Amino acid sequence: MADTKIGAYICKGCGLGERLDTDKLESIASGEGKAAICRQEEFLCQQSTVDKIQADIDNEGINRVVIGACSRRAKFEAFNFESTCVSRVNLREGVIWVRPDTEEAKEATQEMAEDYIRMGCTEVKFMSPPSASQEQSVNKHLLVVGGGITGMTSAIEASKAGYQVSIIEKTSQLGGVAGQLHRKVPSRMPYASPQDNGIDDLNNQISANSNITVYLNSTTTKTSGAPGRFSVDITTESGSTTTENFGAIIQASGFTPYDANKLPEFAYGKTPDVVDQLGLEKLAQEANGTPIKRPSDGKVVENVMFIQCAGQRSDKEDHLSYCSGHCCSTSIKQAMYFKESNPNCDAAVLYTDLRTPGAGGEDFYRSAQRKGVTFTKGIAKEVVAGDNQHTIKFTDLILNDEVDLAVDMVVLATGMLPNSGVNIDAPPAEEGSVEIPVESILNLDYRQGKDMPQLVHGFTDSHFICFPYETRRTGIYTAGPVRRPMDINQAIDDATGAAMKAIQAIENSALGKAAHPRSGDLSFPSFRMEGCTQCKRCTVECPFGAINEDEKGYPSYNESRCRRCGTCMGACPVRVISFENYSVDSVGQQIKAVNVPIPDEDDENAVAKPRILTLACENDAYPALDMAGMNRIQHSAYVRIIPVRCLGSVNTIWVTDALNSGYDGVVLLGCQKGENYQCHFVKGSEIAHYRMSKVNDTLTTLNLEKERVATYEVAITDIQRIPQLIDDMAKTIEDIGTSPLKF
Amino acid sequence: MTDTIATNESILVIGGGISGMTAALEAAECGKQVILVEKTPSLGGRVSQLYKYFPKLCHPTCGMEINSRRIKANKNLRVITMAEVDEITGNAGNYNVSITKQPRYINDNCTACGECANAVEAKFDNEHNYNMDKRKGAYLPFNMAYPQRYVLDSGIIGTDDADKAKAACRYDAVDLDMQKETVQLNVGAVIWATGWQPFDAANIQPYGYDRYDNVITSVEFERMMDDFGPTGGKILRPSDNKEAKNIAFIQCAGSRDRNYLKHCSRICCMASLKQTTYVREQYADDGKATIYYIDIRAIDRFEDFYAKVQADTNVSFIKSKVASITEERGTGNPVLHGVNTEGYDRYDNAHDLVVLAVGMQPSVDREKFPVEVITNEHGFIERPEGSTGMFAAGCASDALDVNRAVQNATASALRAIQVVNRFSKTEV
Repeated sequence: MADTKIGAYICKGCGLGERLDTDKLESIASGEGKAAICRQEEFLCQQSTVDKIQADIDNEGINRVVIGACSRRAKFEAFNFESTCVSRVNLREGVIWVRPDTEEAKEATQEMAEDYIRMGCTEVKFMSPPSASQEQSVNKHLLVVGGGITGMTSAIEASKAGYQVSIIEKTSQLGGVAGQLHRKVPSRMPYASPQDNGIDDLNNQISANSNITVYLNSTTTKTSGAPGRFSVDITTESGSTTTENFGAIIQASGFTPYDANKLPEFAYGKTPDVVDQLGLEKLAQEANGTPIKRPSDGKVVENVMFIQCAGQRSDKEDHLSYCSGHCCSTSIKQAMYFKESNPNCDAAVLYTDLRTPGAGGEDFYRSAQRKGVTFTKGIAKEVVAGDNQHTIKFTDLILNDEVDLAVDMVVLATGMLPNSGVNIDAPPAEEGSVEIPVESILNLDYRQGKDMPQLVHGFTDSHFICFPYETRRTGIYTAGPVRRPMDINQAIDDATGAAMKAIQAIENSALGKAAHPRSGDLSFPSFRMEGCTQCKRCTVECPFGAINEDEKGYPSYNESRCRRCGTCMGACPVRVISFENYSVDSVGQQIKAVNVPIPDEDDENAVAKPRILTLACENDAYPALDMAGMNRIQHSAYVRIIPVRCLGSVNTIWVTDALNSGYDGVVLLGCQKGENYQCHFVKGSEIAHYRMSKVNDTLTTLNLEKERVATYEVAITDIQRIPQLIDDMAKTIEDIGTSPLKF
Repeated sequence: MTDTIATNESILVIGGGISGMTAALEAAECGKQVILVEKTPSLGGRVSQLYKYFPKLCHPTCGMEINSRRIKANKNLRVITMAEVDEITGNAGNYNVSITKQPRYINDNCTACGECANAVEAKFDNEHNYNMDKRKGAYLPFNMAYPQRYVLDSGIIGTDDADKAKAACRYDAVDLDMQKETVQLNVGAVIWATGWQPFDAANIQPYGYDRYDNVITSVEFERMMDDFGPTGGKILRPSDNKEAKNIAFIQCAGSRDRNYLKHCSRICCMASLKQTTYVREQYADDGKATIYYIDIRAIDRFEDFYAKVQADTNVSFIKSKVASITEERGTGNPVLHGVNTEGYDRYDNAHDLVVLAVGMQPSVDREKFPVEVITNEHGFIERPEGSTGMFAAGCASDALDVNRAVQNATASALRAIQVVNRFSKTEV
């Protein structure tokens, strides 16, 4: 710390000069804050002034910069000095804009500003500029697990950008389910007729591409390492294993069709004339453009009905509750097979909601109507297999009628089940129950489990609407129907998107940069192993599986898997985990830097000046507070707010230290937790709530009321609510009195 | 200014909504030089006007915050706002692009202190709120606007207000002499992320959007939920500002209809299902929502959300294409007329408010692209074929929900990278 040299720069613009005693702020920065250079500026963010700061950095050895001006969210580019640590003291949105401009309010507002200056000067003292570790390696080789249309597309698209790719395919050929299709739903205008399934073309591209290697009859039997240095065991059916290194991984393990044998009510298995959609593709392939014949007796099919949502969108046991997305357009396509080869064939689709969204989808639906395919809104109840014809019993929802329809053939539009491997979040099996072992897809040697975390119904989708590739295993991206039910057109986009993210993971891990959402962050946690008690909390709680355990039970950290959220830092009971620019000290010392006034017990007229610590998630709560400032929504002057990377990074020591130093209340602001969690670090808010529930013991020990610590789930839109929550705490303190722990 | 600020290894992204931001960021975070051009004064596009996303019911501004932070921190990415592309010539790997930048009348000095807005008086329709209210002639488009810089409406230029704004600014940020500029760029690949616009509901004459105050669009309904929006976060009837508790949602308003938009706009079913939760959020059991639909297209796992809404006894579903709307005399209640096709019952249902689930129309008319772009008959840009260096991202390519638009935009970023890598001399 000997070589830190602080420059503190205080802005007088935007009303700061009028509202605050900036001379006093300057003297605090240079005195208590020990700033070597301290200046007040009328207009700090103007280029010429910014250049002067840069000159101090270049010529005067300033390597820690304190900017006493607006929020860190404003004028970011102006104050983004490279290779120094910057603390943005939020005097504008965080102080003058949330306080009334009155004489009575002046003193408390000034105290607020002074504390924030103290905090900023303290923070930079405990920060050092982050720099990448030396453990990075560049590996421009991408692994694609699964050789269906998704995997093939990912491989081709990545290779077109100049990367090497290996595809591992379990079966003896590439193509997957798409390869079994007679034709596919069109992907180009006029979206009128089925088109070639495209697999031959992809196969040709792959065999002609020297950058793509294909392993058939192979699976991944072990995956270890991290982005930039994954090591994967590839094992063939015969048992021989080779180990290869990869920079990133795409899992395109596809889906398994729903087992139509679970639908005896539709006579599947009772007559070969009831088929599922893949069964029909086979018949269409065999017919190859001639009229499709029914399997039982080879008679040309003259009437066929497609039963949509067979075993899907249903809460019956063994059925799928979700919609598989592609089946409406697949049935439309298959109905066209019949109409195109035999215009006299009656082809009808029995549906409840016909789902062909988008421009191409609706065009294709209309094209089928033009071709004479009929659509009936109804619910199939039963299929009775007959000797000559088969009877479909259904409720016609339009005519409100029970109908028995005799047909030659029935096609069941059944759904898809993701090939997502082991459900790592499944509760342990009950004792005595027989568990059917699930084969792992990736065989990750991560502490958190062998496969990718699942979102819902076994699909491995990202949890976020705006970030479909926000993976929970850095450098590993799932694509295609394993991620979410989808049709071929979407799978092709998804395969390309995942290839984009995989390439990005390769490039950034090589530079030591974090992946989304802290993209580009070079800071990473270091572990002071001599203090570690092997309690394993950090390895268990890491939401991204970044930390393994070595043979002795010590945490074994993988930088490029890490997303830099600090959950490990919050977890560590002995506080041996810290980032260069974000640590137990960089926050803890700020808390201690705040001036907690000691009441004068002899003065009966003394006004209580409580102190409230607020730790606010920097992604949602802090911006909401900023916007409260922008809209001049006021809150208590007794609060001191510190943004945190994630509420999961909050170490309880900060809370107990604050209470021990005489703070009267603590408010923690995190994101929504639970099923629809909004925390981009998965469980930060949830973990914080749990940890804070344990703080009650501390409060009891200190003889403090439990109301003094409050943890809230907030959203970025809570611009009016958050100031209210802070004021609620101020009110609570007014009611229960200030803390007795002020010395 | 005519300045070359890019090379044929750069990628141009046109449109700064969530798809454009995504395409630009994904490429820039892969080390590519990217220029993002946006027509309006700030990034964010349509999603910045939404209250919540389906099916998670989380707030779009949360993702906006992450994306703005990514943009601020990324030195490979340059954002040009209030700019439109006039001309593109050349081929994949080497395009010459001409861009016209409209004057903002506010320069980089702006600290977003808001003094100019305090000083001016004239008010203009507020685009961010679909003109449901007014904003000042000096304004920050919305709370989360990036760049966080004010704008002067060109309507105040030459008036006293302009001088007042200039006088109020202590940072010399108001530049009333700012002129339209042309910027020439050389880029290797182009991504069209030009997005969508709501179908003009006034075209659907039987629904009377232009005649009845209490018939509004789904995008306007979203704005009502914003605490800082035109109604302060309340669901109010435009005719009398009374709380609207019995709300009808009409699906396929302008979509799946050969008179208007032939295509299915994909998002509207889920959007209306989502909006029924807004009714519940405000009025609990006092709120009633009725959805008039053809098919409920809650595709894939959205089905879970549909099931959840179906379980709400205050939400009912009527399978019907509403024939027409009339206004009840005295009350101003819109009355929906039609036939429930499940059972063929005629109905004449009065509601407090009607929300038209309007369709998605490509923002750029297919005839108006400044270069040849292959679109389908609906105006969406077709999938790339052959050796083009131009790609669509997001809703320029199809009617997509946010998740799919971002998926598509991420794919487009790779397609653009392939082009610039192919033409760049440096080895990958």
